[in-house]
Amino acid sequence: MQTILEVRGLKRTFYKDKELFTAVNGISFEVKKGECLGLVGESGCGKSTTAKMITRLLEAEEGTIYLNGKEIQNLKGRKLRGIYDDIQMVFQTPQDSFDPRCKLGDGIMESMINHGMTRVKAKTRMLELMQMVELDSGFAERYPHQVSGGQCQRAAIARALAVEPSLIVLDEATSALDVTVQAQIVELLKKLQREMNLSMLLICHDLALVQNLCDRVLVMYQGNIVEEGTPDEVIQNPKEEYTKILIDSVL
Amino acid sequence: MTEKTITIREQKVHKDYTKVKLIILLILLGLLLLAAAFASKVSPFDPYEQDLGSALQEPGDAHIFGTDRYGRDMLSRVIMGSQTTIFSALLLVCIITVVGTVVGIFCGYYGGKLDAVLMRISDIFLAFPGMVFAIAVAGVLSGGLSNAVVALACISWPKFARLARSQVMTVKDAPYIAAAKLAGSGTVKIMIKHILPNIAGAIIVTAVLDIGTMIMELAGLSFLGLGATPPTAEWGSMMSNGRSMLQTCPWVVLAPGFAIFITVVLFNLLGDTVRDVLDPRNSASH
Repeated sequence: MQTILEVRGLKRTFYKDKELFTAVNGISFEVKKGECLGLVGESGCGKSTTAKMITRLLEAEEGTIYLNGKEIQNLKGRKLRGIYDDIQMVFQTPQDSFDPRCKLGDGIMESMINHGMTRVKAKTRMLELMQMVELDSGFAERYPHQVSGGQCQRAAIARALAVEPSLIVLDEATSALDVTVQAQIVELLKKLQREMNLSMLLICHDLALVQNLCDRVLVMYQGNIVEEGTPDEVIQNPKEEYTKILIDSVL
Repeated sequence: MTEKTITIREQKVHKDYTKVKLIILLILLGLLLLAAAFASKVSPFDPYEQDLGSALQEPGDAHIFGTDRYGRDMLSRVIMGSQTTIFSALLLVCIITVVGTVVGIFCGYYGGKLDAVLMRISDIFLAFPGMVFAIAVAGVLSGGLSNAVVALACISWPKFARLARSQVMTVKDAPYIAAAKLAGSGTVKIMIKHILPNIAGAIIVTAVLDIGTMIMELAGLSFLGLGATPPTAEWGSMMSNGRSMLQTCPWVVLAPGFAIFITVVLFNLLGDTVRDVLDPRNSASH
């Protein structure tokens, strides 16, 4: 299988109360085409930092990131913007991920217009995407604070799909939603994965969700990947002490 | 339940009241600006025509605000002066808002050395008492209304730069900016399309509130002889010329004084009302 994303020795440190704190400590993994990879771990274990480094929203201190075989961690300007044809992200807080002064439709169209699509074409495609994520076309004319979290997250998924990326990073995409809406979003993601053969990197702390969606799962603890395997393997026969604690805390 | 209904109704009443206030103020200021724009047509006499025979006449039927020591009609001069004063102040506020906001957005967004250098420069400007510094700059540049505008622009832009910078720092890490980056938008597009609209409210309010202050400061510089030069009709210099006659012919000072007072109050009320309208707590429904 073709490898979409390959990460080697990714490292990032922060200063926390003037003390050096390693958020991500040289992790390596890859995502294959059409695969859904889960990344689980407690709060502050470096999951979101990893997501931000992969999408180049945050600079990595060490390590290399290959997207479709191309090294991307040193790209700048126009070339950096080019990688966003292939990688997209859905954020944890749906309402905050849309500009409060822009309509949802405009938010979804932004990437298409940046790719030189005309407004009319972009609008047609935007309405298709809205349909794909099961949103009424009327929502395109609404502002983020006029819709619910679930509807907003659907719009965010539509926005991520707009450029037909090969990889979508979902950073706690369902955590801010209530349980029933969460289930709907998960169903939507499953459907999209089936239909479009999407590769996904699903970052979350919900093991049930990982079991439901992912083909493979990585367990992260204090900046390191401590365990890797299929969700069933990891959940039923955890090898590491931390994984056991994590599973026990859910059950 | 009843309690909630009342609060919502009260909020609505308050909102309507604010809107009515805004409309009234805008109409009043619109009239003022129209009078200023067409000053030469509106004024009953030529503001520069001297008639020593009718010098220092008390306010009466012919000259509603009286005449000054050269026999010029005070009402006409006040109307003519509104053109000079208000439009210079508006121009000044436009300049400092644009310059300050641009500097502030770049500093806030990029941070680092550029930010450090520009903010230290603005610190230097902020370190001196504003008016004293303006007098010094206007003095060095020698008088004249345009130099007074330059002097006040020099001392006032850092305020807007600081404001814009702090506002940018609060929004630049928001997920929607990250989302705009992921959509492939360039930095300039992000600044114009996503940052500016989200920080504009605070800047507009400050700019409108500053119009009154700028009118006062411009009139102040002219009063000191560093702004408009005679015979130009300008409120500050008119007051300055008449101050020796304050006890004998108070109307010479009071007419431009009241004009300044009313204009400044109107612009400040407008600023307050605009703030109420743009207040995020009131903007639950667009």
